[in-house]
Amino acid sequence: MKKIALCLAAAAMSLAGYSQNDGGSFTGNIESTFQYLNADTLIDALQPDSKGLLNTYMNVFYTNGKFKAGMRFESYLPRIQGYPNRFDGTGIGMRYIGYSDDFVDVTLGSFYEQFGSGMIFRAYEDRALGYDNMMDGGRIILRPIDGVTIKGVYGYQRLSFQGGRIVHADGIVRGFDGDLNLNSAIKSLSRNSLKVNVGGSFVSKFQEDDRDDLILPENVGTYGGRIGLRYKRFSMDGEYIIKEQDPSTDNEYIYNYGHAALMNFGYSQKGLGIILSAKSVDNMSFRSDRTKDLQDVFINYLPAMTKTHTYNLVASLYPYATQPVGEIAYQAEVLYTIKRGSKLGGKYGTSINANFSTAYLPNRNTDGINPLDSTGVTYVTNPFSMSDSLLWRDINVNIYRKFSKKFNLRLSYFNISLNNDVAKVTDDAKGLIVSHIGVAEAGIKINRKHSLRVELQGLFLNKDSYGNINDQGNWATVLVEYNVSPHWFFSVLDQYNYGNPVDDLKVHYLYGSFGYSKESTRIALGYGRQRAGLFCVGGVCRFVPASNGLTLSFTQSF
Amino acid sequence: MKNITLLFLSFSLALGSFAQDDQGTDDGRQKKVASVILEDMDGNEVNTADLGFDGPIIISFWATWCSPCKRELNTIHELYTDWQADYGVNLVAVSIDDEKTKNSVPMYVNGKNWEYVVLMDPNGDFKRAMGVNNVPHTFLIDTDGNIVATHTTYSPGDEYELEDELKEMLGIE
Repeated sequence: MKKIALCLAAAAMSLAGYSQNDGGSFTGNIESTFQYLNADTLIDALQPDSKGLLNTYMNVFYTNGKFKAGMRFESYLPRIQGYPNRFDGTGIGMRYIGYSDDFVDVTLGSFYEQFGSGMIFRAYEDRALGYDNMMDGGRIILRPIDGVTIKGVYGYQRLSFQGGRIVHADGIVRGFDGDLNLNSAIKSLSRNSLKVNVGGSFVSKFQEDDRDDLILPENVGTYGGRIGLRYKRFSMDGEYIIKEQDPSTDNEYIYNYGHAALMNFGYSQKGLGIILSAKSVDNMSFRSDRTKDLQDVFINYLPAMTKTHTYNLVASLYPYATQPVGEIAYQAEVLYTIKRGSKLGGKYGTSINANFSTAYLPNRNTDGINPLDSTGVTYVTNPFSMSDSLLWRDINVNIYRKFSKKFNLRLSYFNISLNNDVAKVTDDAKGLIVSHIGVAEAGIKINRKHSLRVELQGLFLNKDSYGNINDQGNWATVLVEYNVSPHWFFSVLDQYNYGNPVDDLKVHYLYGSFGYSKESTRIALGYGRQRAGLFCVGGVCRFVPASNGLTLSFTQSF
Repeated sequence: MKNITLLFLSFSLALGSFAQDDQGTDDGRQKKVASVILEDMDGNEVNTADLGFDGPIIISFWATWCSPCKRELNTIHELYTDWQADYGVNLVAVSIDDEKTKNSVPMYVNGKNWEYVVLMDPNGDFKRAMGVNNVPHTFLIDTDGNIVATHTTYSPGDEYELEDELKEMLGIE
């Protein structure tokens, strides 16, 4: 550690020397969130002992010609609600130095990286969620000729941030990836209408066998390949990954191999886009510490095959994340824009979007298998072999029309079924939760600078198999947002749980906020009740408890 | 702790010399677009510091799950033909959709008839390098590759502000 720090110091000094010639360039950003919370017994919101909570981070990146260096300071005094509970203190959460030119790109220290679709390797951060599984070590990227990229990574993953210091996971991760774009690499193919991309990856982790009762593989390898084809308006991508024996807490210490397969088909032309996707995952939880769970130290990323919804009731009550233990999933989506000027399309055109996604548990054959024998293999399954056990289904459609320069309207309907026994999101429901959600959103432009946006949302739940109200019952939401371009916004949100089976809990969650933004600075202040729910960005979710109080946030880029 | 002190010291040194330099030259040094290699929707590699346009460039960070981003880009879409003719500007829409929703990007772009250059930033490398906290975040780049204006968030009407900045940059009344 000391050596790395010294190295960094030396490099930064040499950069400082450089900067006298050219100056180089500094960029970065800062984000700070302060909360002052009240106790609210009605919604089980607690007041933290310190009353106030503060999260801050700041990135500083420096580049000078071919040299680069960067770091992030993080501060949790203490962390805001819902953030991972082991983040505390102030210190450096990320730092690196590197060199890059057209041929080579070397980084020492912290880095983020992804191979292929990420199903084999993805080091990623989402600061809003507190998700950070960055690699700490070294990375090299080589581009020997046009169209060829070779990457090598080696290091430990970030598990936590305690006492202002990075805490690493137990296991070491190393891997390499090769990618070939045939049309760039082979000159005679550069004008060919068929575009071909192929790639392959190998990733391995090492973690000591610390169990006396089991013989654990200390080195676990994963490998796979991918292909991407594009022909005029059609596209096709596929990737297949195999994971060797990796007994872990997630899979209850079985010795099965795992697999992940992903296929996407696309067709698009002016005014029309279609996608079809299929995915098969079995025993693919891959972490650099076999004993961890939740979102900790994932080496890979298994994207959920669902649309990322944005309306509050749709996005945060019953969302779905991939079951790394296993699932077969399909998705289809169409977006069609009816020409403007036509009878149906109206003066400004009308868009129709429909989306369908579903996921099932895999079919696992246990015939003739003794789960207690010395192989440790407990079942046999094949890619895309699915059971009839539904995990998730989402059918949604929306239609958008701009009626005039001053008025537009979007109407949406969502039908979402979630198997709460397997993909658990709430303690208050059993079996399948089926929700119907309707949303009307209107945009009204008052003049060049002033505009109003209104959302009306309703969520209606099925009754459970005994005829009782499921979970918290029905909800209604009203959102009114007033914008004054380019600086101000004001909004009021009321979420009313009018269908709660307990009369006292038929609560209004009223939240008001306003904000000011100028160039790349934004300051926002909000006050009110926020309900407990899952806060998701890009398929990664964290649970945020109910709260009542004030939130002040500040973001700035430079 | 000692390590952190060392690190901090060396960075402050670097910063210090930078600041001096800045005051010394006072040449109105501009911030440039960070260099990151991304792929377009066809899988071709593009260096973000060398986008290959002669005229001014708007770089707009967006995602298929970001409603204000889509409102912004759909609004500019209606003005884009005029803007291209009047200002010679090109818009580069950088999608930060990760693998979960990345496949919806070509569907959305074509379904909405966008004529922008669309780049994919699935692991947020360019987003990080440009210091983007949240989407939407829009940058206006002059013909020398300098960032002359930035704006975060979108409210209806912000497109006029952007157009005014374009005009001011180009010296058009």
